[in-house]
Amino acid sequence: MSEGEKKQLDLKRREMPKQPPEVRRYNFSEVALGYTPELAIEEAKRCIQCKKPSCIANCPVEINIPGFLKKVAEGDFVGGIRVLKDKNCLPAVCGRVCPQEEQCEKTCVFHKKGGQIAIGRIERFLADWEAQQSESEMPDMPPRSGRKVAIVGGGPAGLTVAGDLIKFGHEVTVFEALHKMGGVLVYGIPEFRLPKAIVNREVEYLRKLGVELVTDFVVGKTRTIDSILEEYDAVFVGSGAGLPWFMEIPGENLNGVYSANEYLTRLNLMKGFLFPKYHTPVKSHRKVAVVGGGNVAMDCARSALRLGAESRIIYRRSREELPARLEEVENAEEEGVIFDFLTLPLRYIGDENGWVKAIECQKMELGEPDASGRRKPIPIEGSEVIYPLDAVVCAIGNSPNPLIGATTPGLKIGKKGNIEADEKTGATSREKIWAGGDVVTGAATVILAMGAGRFAARSIHEYLSSL
Amino acid sequence: MFRVIASKMIVPNMHLLTLAAPAVAREAKPGQFVILRAEEEGERVPLSLSDWDAQSGTITVVFMSIGSTTGRLALLAPGASIPTVVGPLGNATEIENYGTVVCVCGCYGIGSIFPIARALKRKGNRIITIMEARSSYLFYWDERLEAISDKMIHITRDGSKGHRGHAGRLPEILRGLEEPVDRIIANGCTFLMKRTSDETRPLGIKTMVSLNPIMIDGTGMCGVCRVTVGSVTRFACVHGPDFDAHQVDWEELLQRRKTYMQEEVVPLRTSRCEERHLRSQEKSHE
Repeated sequence: MSEGEKKQLDLKRREMPKQPPEVRRYNFSEVALGYTPELAIEEAKRCIQCKKPSCIANCPVEINIPGFLKKVAEGDFVGGIRVLKDKNCLPAVCGRVCPQEEQCEKTCVFHKKGGQIAIGRIERFLADWEAQQSESEMPDMPPRSGRKVAIVGGGPAGLTVAGDLIKFGHEVTVFEALHKMGGVLVYGIPEFRLPKAIVNREVEYLRKLGVELVTDFVVGKTRTIDSILEEYDAVFVGSGAGLPWFMEIPGENLNGVYSANEYLTRLNLMKGFLFPKYHTPVKSHRKVAVVGGGNVAMDCARSALRLGAESRIIYRRSREELPARLEEVENAEEEGVIFDFLTLPLRYIGDENGWVKAIECQKMELGEPDASGRRKPIPIEGSEVIYPLDAVVCAIGNSPNPLIGATTPGLKIGKKGNIEADEKTGATSREKIWAGGDVVTGAATVILAMGAGRFAARSIHEYLSSL
Repeated sequence: MFRVIASKMIVPNMHLLTLAAPAVAREAKPGQFVILRAEEEGERVPLSLSDWDAQSGTITVVFMSIGSTTGRLALLAPGASIPTVVGPLGNATEIENYGTVVCVCGCYGIGSIFPIARALKRKGNRIITIMEARSSYLFYWDERLEAISDKMIHITRDGSKGHRGHAGRLPEILRGLEEPVDRIIANGCTFLMKRTSDETRPLGIKTMVSLNPIMIDGTGMCGVCRVTVGSVTRFACVHGPDFDAHQVDWEELLQRRKTYMQEEVVPLRTSRCEERHLRSQEKSHE
């Protein structure tokens, strides 16, 4: 809006086109289709460019949000992507999977009236727009420092540190245990929410910046951190929360009972939904129950649906307490996922061949708030129900992978198996070793891991500059 | 990419593959395994290490061509490359001076027990190797094992070499030895290891096995390799693959290994021509 011109505030968030539920529930293509340039400009124009923007403070990676919105409003997409990439090396990913409603958009001055700027959608638009251009712009690189940093884990935390440190002029190598870079972005989050081509694109950008990417390398097994430190000046550990929890109830090792990690990895990383073209097998189940209420549970339930199964979420609290993003819950509901709230699995029942054939659950009611502030579910006596099914996916969470802790003497490990690291700097109990992301916090979000990476990169850069 | 150095069928259906994987070769220990992918669209399969050479940077695996992935691996020629060789994974087999150790092996386990027996021998143990196969023509690496064993015993189903029968003959063979046995290590198919476990439990001899459940990542992330050992759920990839045989829930392991039996035959029924056609379509689509 040009200065001096008085305009009525536009509180109408522009909707983002999506595949209709009755179509998308049968395919693995991305659900959301993204803004058109016109929609993006319209939406960006609604930003009133606050003098003291509160959105930036609520962004874990401190993106200059009004800055890029202004560029988009002016139709200057090149300028917009430059502002965005200054702080975020994975904008196409964040535009899709960040919980913006809990972060930048929540503190938007229009939030109270329900008209907060759709920052995530514009971020996504810009990143996708850039990808369509023949060549993406490379930032000016500082002279090389000659210092070398090794990064353990090619997920969101590690990739952020890599992007930041290479731009500070250091040499960076990322070691990834799996055969593809991206961590949870490639093995966990499904194609219909985050197309893998997008992750690959962002990873390629890092490669072009000069980051060395090494796959099929399990730090702690293929080589220990101490051995790596003989060659590198610093190490950042972002090995994630890769140890799945199970309920520890009878029947959990029956065939057809999966961890969410297994279920999603088969589909996403291994592309099992394209079996047999891709060789990793996936079963065709008829009735699938997913235990849990987070984003991962939604991803599993919606994947099961797309594979042709009747799909239900079993969650011990009510809809209010679901930890998943509301948008994902709504998507799941629209697509036809059945929700059984206030329901707790008691045991899995197997058939004579060792396959799960039913789940016995107990109904719950909500009592007083517990330590998490959510109302505690209390079992209702005599309310047991049995659902017939042929697969269960256990999506109740993950602990940090213990491999690095077990193979790195002197690295302080917390009670929950997490690496202890300073919240502001990522510094660990050992010199030259930093850590961040899920391996420190336990399972959290992509953007929080990226935020931790950002802080750690800064601290590592300070350390390297002092050498 | 990881280059194939040697590839050959050593006995019918049993293949040896030597790959250039210097980082793995440098760290490998007896009892550990690697995960391989035969091609870009391939699945991840765990295979025990049968040998390695840190100096030349190579590792060797022995496997049976049984499904689509092992079939593809078996067809690799020297000079070809595969996209994934990751490891060494799992914990190494405990190598101590136990006294007399009986190494029971069959099938691909003949290959994987070799470095274990070699390390045990170097540690000062007396090694008695018991090889089991359907028929004598399925034995391989006899000379290699003989060189590090104090005694070699064969069991064949058809009686073409050594004792006639299968692992059920173990108690009498063990009783026939002139010395007490301090430890038994069994490597091979689940049936061989289960049967060995069943036979040695009443004898009260500590028996270790290298379990072979389905795996994907091999780093503890997916949990598909869970096995019940002493009524606790363990992940074979990070807590094993070696476990006390007498604590293993064998029925569960056998049942879990069958999970994808139906699916595993699908690619075998699909002609490779069709696959190539699909791939070219995909390429033009891209």
